[in-house]
Amino acid sequence: MSTVGAGNELLVVEDLKKHFPVTRGIVFQKEIATVKAVDGVSFTLREGETLGIVGESGCGKSTLVRCILKLLEPTGGRVVFQGQDITGLSRREMRPLRRNMMMVFQDPYASLNARKRVGFIIGEALELHGIGTPAERKRRVQELLEVVGLNPEHYNRFPHEFSGGQRQRIGVARALAVNPKLIFCDEPVSALDVSVQAQILNLLLDLNEQIGLACLFITHDLAVVRQVSERVYVMHEGRIVEAGPTAEVLAAPREEYTRTLIASVPQSDPAWLAPANT
Amino acid sequence: MSEPLLDVRDLRTEFSTDDGIVRAVDGVSFKVEPGQVLGIVGESGSGKSVTCLTVMGLNDPKFAVSSGEVLFRGEDLLKVSKSRLREVRGNEIAMIFQDPMTSLNPVHKIGRQLAEAVVLHEDVSRKQAYARARELLKAVGIPRAERRIDDYPHQFSGGMRQRVMIAMALINNPDLIIADEPTTALDVTTQAQILALLKRLQEDFGSAVIMITHDLGVVAEVADDVIVMYAARIVERGAVRSIFNEPRHPYTWGLMGSLPRLDVNVERLYQIPGQPPSLLNPPVGCRFHPRCAFAMPVCREKDPRLEATSGDPAHEEACHLDGETKSREAAALVATLTAGAVV
Repeated sequence: MSTVGAGNELLVVEDLKKHFPVTRGIVFQKEIATVKAVDGVSFTLREGETLGIVGESGCGKSTLVRCILKLLEPTGGRVVFQGQDITGLSRREMRPLRRNMMMVFQDPYASLNARKRVGFIIGEALELHGIGTPAERKRRVQELLEVVGLNPEHYNRFPHEFSGGQRQRIGVARALAVNPKLIFCDEPVSALDVSVQAQILNLLLDLNEQIGLACLFITHDLAVVRQVSERVYVMHEGRIVEAGPTAEVLAAPREEYTRTLIASVPQSDPAWLAPANT
Repeated sequence: MSEPLLDVRDLRTEFSTDDGIVRAVDGVSFKVEPGQVLGIVGESGSGKSVTCLTVMGLNDPKFAVSSGEVLFRGEDLLKVSKSRLREVRGNEIAMIFQDPMTSLNPVHKIGRQLAEAVVLHEDVSRKQAYARARELLKAVGIPRAERRIDDYPHQFSGGMRQRVMIAMALINNPDLIIADEPTTALDVTTQAQILALLKRLQEDFGSAVIMITHDLGVVAEVADDVIVMYAARIVERGAVRSIFNEPRHPYTWGLMGSLPRLDVNVERLYQIPGQPPSLLNPPVGCRFHPRCAFAMPVCREKDPRLEATSGDPAHEEACHLDGETKSREAAALVATLTAGAVV
């Protein structure tokens, strides 16, 4: 399973743990239990690969991403990004690395600042990382708008002027602004309509093919994971319970939990679709 | 045929906004028979929720104007008094809302909220109402219902809250339940449980259900009949099998093609080009023509009517394409969807 040593790993996560203490008492806080949100997760993500992580709410998949990005301090384990161990890095040391790992959030209605113009939202990362002159940055933002299928003239609009699907495109453009190696997508389509969902999934596929963007795709929907990723990890109660090529895992799940997940996806029953009238 | 439970005729709902008049529902007619499960499918903004809010009389009268008829057991709900409407709502017609996180009152205990629904409509004691609440909590599968009845909504998970919402909808044994995207906010596993529960309760209680959703998969699991809405109008309707076996409207083809599937390998999902139209000034002619791959000159001028062209009188669609092309395209789509199916 592990491909450590193959040479093209972008991200290696080893035995990552995040435990939250449960405390009682106001002044003298006593630890009475721990919640093991992430409990020994290991995986490898290769360059240009899209990896899916599937699980229900509360299985720890979002906490996992936060730990990898060091938005939360992991309790144990190691995160190696582009050959560099980033586990012990300070926030300041992390900052130059962040431009290579960007994030697309779940809710396109809540993740865009309603009081900023789209051009600013997309270009902010460029500014923070001190990339280019203002004129160059503006050009880059307009280019990005085009890449994600929006009109570059909409540079000066506010987020509320866009539909849900368009907002999620803005979210993707923002993540792409600084040319990251890897983007983390945390349920990027679960707030969207089926038809819009197809547009965003296709966009991610295109980006993966065209610019070799690697993606860690988190979702609770197995059908979506099948669409975007070659390999999938099934997460349950903080642990990886099953891993493998997506088609294989879906066709012949070994774990009971994976079977439950698969059985839960509403499908237009193939027996109906089969031409019964012939 | 017996008299339908709900007979909606040429329903139109307009909202006045700062930008002009939005026709959110534009000439929608449908019937619901007792015990039937009707699925209404469409994208956000297609008017499916507004249709049901209008049926329930829940639109803000300051901004909304409705016309047409909503005959519930022969009584036009658009014309009845407010107090009569209050009698019907929650008693004969109940609604399950999309977001179980926000549709329960956070400062009251679950039991009180459930009992309130009973007391409002029936002349029963508080004790009887609580007994009924307990019974329903058990029916929707809440463990330790006797104790959980004294919990607050925040002590329940999302799936459990949706179960409470379902219990609340069923508590007065309504003849019709309107469920507006009841599982959209939930995880797949929870969704599967809730759908199975709804289906079982629907059979036990014999209520008719209108299920609003944007997910064709959900409709396939629970509905008997399907209405596909686009830009405030019905574009296709029929029995669920008939719609899935032979979809006959280009919009339905797009919806079916864009659904990611577990059992079939698809290189790339089909995506319907463009955006849904603004209802402030919808396209002239067929409202789908700007996004339709099959658009002909006639589509830009004439509004298609709902017609049965497949030989099945219950399966109607609003499209100018000839029947032969529709059958051919439908067969091709179904073939690609079933090709490579594991089962």
